[in-house]
Amino acid sequence: MDIKYGLSATFNSAKDLYEAAGKIREEGFTSWECYTPMPVHGLDAQMGIGRSKVPCFTLAGGITGFCTGMLIVWYMNAFDYPLIVGGKPYFSPIYPFPVFYELTILFSAFGTLFGMFFLNRLPQHHHPIFEHPNFARAGDDRYLIVIEVDDPKFDDEETKAFLKETGGKSITMIREPA
Amino acid sequence: MSSATKTDIEPPAVLKKVKPAPWSEAPLVLNKRSFGWVTEKICNVVERKTPTWWWWCFIIALCVASFTGMGLVYLVSTGVGVWGNNNPVNWGWAIVNFVFWIGIGHAGTLISAVLCLLKQKWRTSINRASEAMTVFAVLCAGIFPLFHVGRVWFGWWLFPIPNSNAIWPQFRSPLEWDVFAVSTYATVSILFWYMGMIPDLAVIRDRAKVKWRKIVYGIFSMGWRHANNHWRNFEMAYLILAGLSTPLVLSVHTIVSFDFAVANLPGWHTTIFPPYFVAGAIFSGFGMVLTLLLPLRSVFGLHDLITQKHIDNMCKIIIATGSLVGYAYSMEFFIAWYGANSYEGFAFINRAFGNYWWSYWIMISCNVISPQLFWFRKIRENTPLVWIISIFVNIGMWFERFVIANTTLSRDFLPSSWGYYSPSIVDIFTFAGTFGFFSVLFLLFLRFLPLMPMAEVKMVMPQADPHGGKH
Repeated sequence: MDIKYGLSATFNSAKDLYEAAGKIREEGFTSWECYTPMPVHGLDAQMGIGRSKVPCFTLAGGITGFCTGMLIVWYMNAFDYPLIVGGKPYFSPIYPFPVFYELTILFSAFGTLFGMFFLNRLPQHHHPIFEHPNFARAGDDRYLIVIEVDDPKFDDEETKAFLKETGGKSITMIREPA
Repeated sequence: MSSATKTDIEPPAVLKKVKPAPWSEAPLVLNKRSFGWVTEKICNVVERKTPTWWWWCFIIALCVASFTGMGLVYLVSTGVGVWGNNNPVNWGWAIVNFVFWIGIGHAGTLISAVLCLLKQKWRTSINRASEAMTVFAVLCAGIFPLFHVGRVWFGWWLFPIPNSNAIWPQFRSPLEWDVFAVSTYATVSILFWYMGMIPDLAVIRDRAKVKWRKIVYGIFSMGWRHANNHWRNFEMAYLILAGLSTPLVLSVHTIVSFDFAVANLPGWHTTIFPPYFVAGAIFSGFGMVLTLLLPLRSVFGLHDLITQKHIDNMCKIIIATGSLVGYAYSMEFFIAWYGANSYEGFAFINRAFGNYWWSYWIMISCNVISPQLFWFRKIRENTPLVWIISIFVNIGMWFERFVIANTTLSRDFLPSSWGYYSPSIVDIFTFAGTFGFFSVLFLLFLRFLPLMPMAEVKMVMPQADPHGGKH
């Protein structure tokens, strides 16, 4: 038998979706998600979710890059094979500035990208939402809200009626083939 | 967005008298297009049958690219002496072409990163193609220093990797800084470009009717679902990458300029080099963006997405950066005189009136004079003319690097070490071939990847506003 994933409602405009999202949050649902063709301004607050955690990964990457840059220069030009250049000190934090500067940026960028992947749980090529008959439109010009079956407040009939009330069209149950 | 809302606060009395004119901004997408139209327009480029013109262009580009291939094979099998550089001009075209291509890349990063931080919404329709230009230009740039080392199979010695000689790179050398700057720049540009493309690849995946397309785009779109949670992290990551790319792009050309400025040679050893190189890089990059996007706009009928406003804005950036470059040229002369160093003074007189006087005046007319034409709206609205001027900008900026590198090296302190540099036929063909190499990559990009960020274009359209015009 197919496994039920959630009920989806389609909206035709960002405004309708935005208002519906507010109602769903007020109703107290917790396992639900909006699918939109582009980021909708202010939707995070409307859904009651906070800031993204990506910056933490950027910071971790940046610190790693900075230390790596400093360490390789010190290790290579002052410790492992001391190199005399123009009678100057073997190591100073000034002359390798471009090296650790670039490595800070490089590692921060990797931290950011992979942090985004990690937080979004990507790559994830299989997901029940892809079973939605009209999912392609969510990347085009339609807006979907899906309330998942896992939500404690979920009830087949009541949630269906509620989604209709919020202005959602073509309410469909998304089923994942078992 | 900014239509008047009724508030309880009384407006200042003066406003009643002066009646400020309503602020109107040209729409970024013309003809009130729908989201569906945008998706269709951009995906169609990838999904429809390969047009005949594409094959012709691709074959011609491939033939031209083979010049670089043959030139490099000849160089590797014979030795670096097949290029024209020799004492005293040891750098010749290799450094000129390297700086030229790296500079071109900078406009892409400027559009994708700096204009993003400055909330310039017009960047959305041109940023993907410009970023592609950045990545491909950096690849072209990398060829020259890599092969100039002579024994290219030892190229990996540039990186701090243990080798059998137990020798590490010397981190005080600006050329070593270049290795870090350019490789970081290439990597971060590719990451930024790829990350921005993920949602668009997912759109193509979802629309795909052919199996291979579903699989290939599916793999590269990472299972993106357009979910709000995805967008939330994506937008944050995008903003951070923009924030990281901004200091990066400024540093890359700064470090490229250190290749010259750190050397104790008249005409090179100046503090103006970093800002002047960065301005020049952005100038040449915008020239290249116009050179690429104007034909693209006609071929794919993108007039509603790349509007006159976009062209105007790019032309204005070209005036601004072109004037900055012109200012730098004159300031170099002033400092050479004011610094009262006879070698420095000679270097500049020699630049303008010496053995390479012709290259100096090509540079001045292309970089300082030709962009000034963009002050006139009639010229900015004449697309073929804008395209021709953009080519002049490219030519001028190539000559700028030629002037800097060659006039100084060919006439240094002692007349006994003077010389005259001319490129060899291998130099010329290797460089010409990079345009083919660049075009091959760019044509592949047009054929297989979404040439505009659909989600970002949709974001600046009025339909995207969830507040219905009230904020």
